[in-house]
Amino acid sequence: MAGGLQGYSGSDDYIASKALMEIVNVAVILRKPLVVKGEPGTGKTLLAHSIARALDKKLLIWNIKSTTKARDGLYVYDTVQRLNDARFKDKDISDIRQYIKMGKLGQSFSSDEQVILLIDEIDKADIEFPNDLLNELDEMSFHINELDEEVTAKHRPIVIITSNSEKELPDAFLRRCLFYYIEFPDGEMMEKIIKVHYPDIEDKLVREALKKFYWIREMEGLKKRPSTSELLDWIKALALGGIKIEKINNEIPFLGTLLKNEQDTDRFVRVSTNQGGFGFRRR
Amino acid sequence: MFIDFFFMMRRKGVPVSIKEWMSFIEALYEGHFQSSLNHLYHIGRAFLVKSEAYYDAYDLAFQEFFGGIATADVELDKVLGWLENPLNRLPKMSPEEIMEFQRQMEEFKRTHDLEELMRQFRERLKEQKERHDGGSKWVGTGGKSPFGAYGYHPGGIRVGGESWMQSASKVATERRFRNYRNDIILDVRQTKMALKKLRELKREGTEEELDIEETIDKTAKEGGEIELVFSKSRENSVRIILLMDTGGSMLPYTELCEKLFSAATQANHFKEFRHFFFHNCIYQDLYEDMANYKNVPTEKLFSLFNKNYKLILVGDARMAYSELFEVNGCIDYFSTNDKPGLDWLTRIRDHFPHSVWLNPTHKNFWGHYTVDTIGKIFPMYELTIDGLKDAIKALTSKTKNLLHQ
Repeated sequence: MAGGLQGYSGSDDYIASKALMEIVNVAVILRKPLVVKGEPGTGKTLLAHSIARALDKKLLIWNIKSTTKARDGLYVYDTVQRLNDARFKDKDISDIRQYIKMGKLGQSFSSDEQVILLIDEIDKADIEFPNDLLNELDEMSFHINELDEEVTAKHRPIVIITSNSEKELPDAFLRRCLFYYIEFPDGEMMEKIIKVHYPDIEDKLVREALKKFYWIREMEGLKKRPSTSELLDWIKALALGGIKIEKINNEIPFLGTLLKNEQDTDRFVRVSTNQGGFGFRRR
Repeated sequence: MFIDFFFMMRRKGVPVSIKEWMSFIEALYEGHFQSSLNHLYHIGRAFLVKSEAYYDAYDLAFQEFFGGIATADVELDKVLGWLENPLNRLPKMSPEEIMEFQRQMEEFKRTHDLEELMRQFRERLKEQKERHDGGSKWVGTGGKSPFGAYGYHPGGIRVGGESWMQSASKVATERRFRNYRNDIILDVRQTKMALKKLRELKREGTEEELDIEETIDKTAKEGGEIELVFSKSRENSVRIILLMDTGGSMLPYTELCEKLFSAATQANHFKEFRHFFFHNCIYQDLYEDMANYKNVPTEKLFSLFNKNYKLILVGDARMAYSELFEVNGCIDYFSTNDKPGLDWLTRIRDHFPHSVWLNPTHKNFWGHYTVDTIGKIFPMYELTIDGLKDAIKALTSKTKNLLHQ
């Protein structure tokens, strides 16, 4: 990496593909927000944690909910508290500053060192939400009306934004960001991921389990395909339950950890009996 | 010269904006990138493509611009045949050898540009007549020639095979993102997302937002006794009517229409959602069920729903001439109609200024007299994600549809 003193190359508990590492590094150098999209369980949120650990920086997490407003991330002016205090004479209410509470974005701007800001699941919020943040992320500054003061980032934070593609993000917002779509990991990658989580598990068990896992994932007509977190749960269950490898060949123990609704389980039973036992297709 | 890549992408359908292109080029000139095509491919994609739906189009553009193997005038199958079942897999290398290898790699990158390599590759292919394993000149497996698979030439061209040393620069040819193209898939989730755009916010519902102005006024009036005033938060006030064709010619599109239907019923952000069915064309009756048993007079549409309802019609708009233009043209043997379908459709359009027609057939097949005629009454869009988006844009625009005069 040209001039990349602080190169990110994954951390010991997170496996990132080479392309993703390169893009993270470019995002860090150019100080551009990075939008990471992908299926649930592809490790979008963990990426920010991993970057924070690898670069040894503080991580601020702004969890977005359907009711989150862009302003909440900047600051909140606690009017009710001030009104309440105004009734009694024991407090000086002329200083508005004490009623201004910084949101996560505000904190990341006013921090004395560079931080990593994770805006998690931005698509949960209202469709207009990302647009309301355009200027703040572009200029890395915002205005506090009540104080008539400008808050400017002392150190531009590294901004990682994750999206589940529940809603599409506005073009104007995306134009200002780097974009990366995390593909669902293939077998090889998945093996590495499992190794990171459970280093002691037998190779053969993992391989058999993976075969089954991808077979179920490719089954047509499933409402919710199992993802990485389900696989990890399942493998843990298999290992703890001391299931013999031969047993996985003939049936799926703990199916409930992989398929989480009734229709999918029905569908699975129908398909697997139709195929006469378990026919594997290679991915 | 490089700008051609920009136009290539636009031609392939990647919606790259000038702003994105400029920031990409700036970063390029500031020297933040490694000089490798692989790197350029990934970084370029992060800068220029903002949805996985366009990854495939980007792949195509990249492949064409940076000279993919597929565009070379060679018999690819034959070449791939030479590369099957490598005889000698890559030998284990000592750390010194790996160091040497990396040195060579740097050396190679400095002295060769891709253009030259591709030219050599094409020439070599023209000369080569048979399979080669090992060796350092021909296209084959396990050798030290820059071309082929499973070999260890630093920075050469990999033809098929798996990535061995991670140095081949032709990932683009794999087109792994073909399935993400959005002109092909339309699933419930995506449809829901598209429908979510259909909204008009108004202050309705429960009072839960603190109204500061009012609170201060009220408090002042009460002589300092705090009186909190809450106002209603904004809610979607869109009301939708969906009319769907269940005619025989719609059979091939059942699944597609079901997806739209379930997305619309599941989308719980509408103030009201109503649906009716019809058979080929609309006459004096609509139906509440798909089998067309329970009928509702079309007149009810006008008395029950006012002009603020947004109307979406779904159908292929393809029917016999008489079904649209003639009295008693209805396709059902036992039904009669004293007004032609065209009259009914025009009345519906006049009553609901915000209306669109979604057609599940491809635009290329719209050259049909009834499709044309209906397309002049209702603005018609394809039933794809892109078409749906345009339709919703038309539904939410403040101006009435342009076809309306």
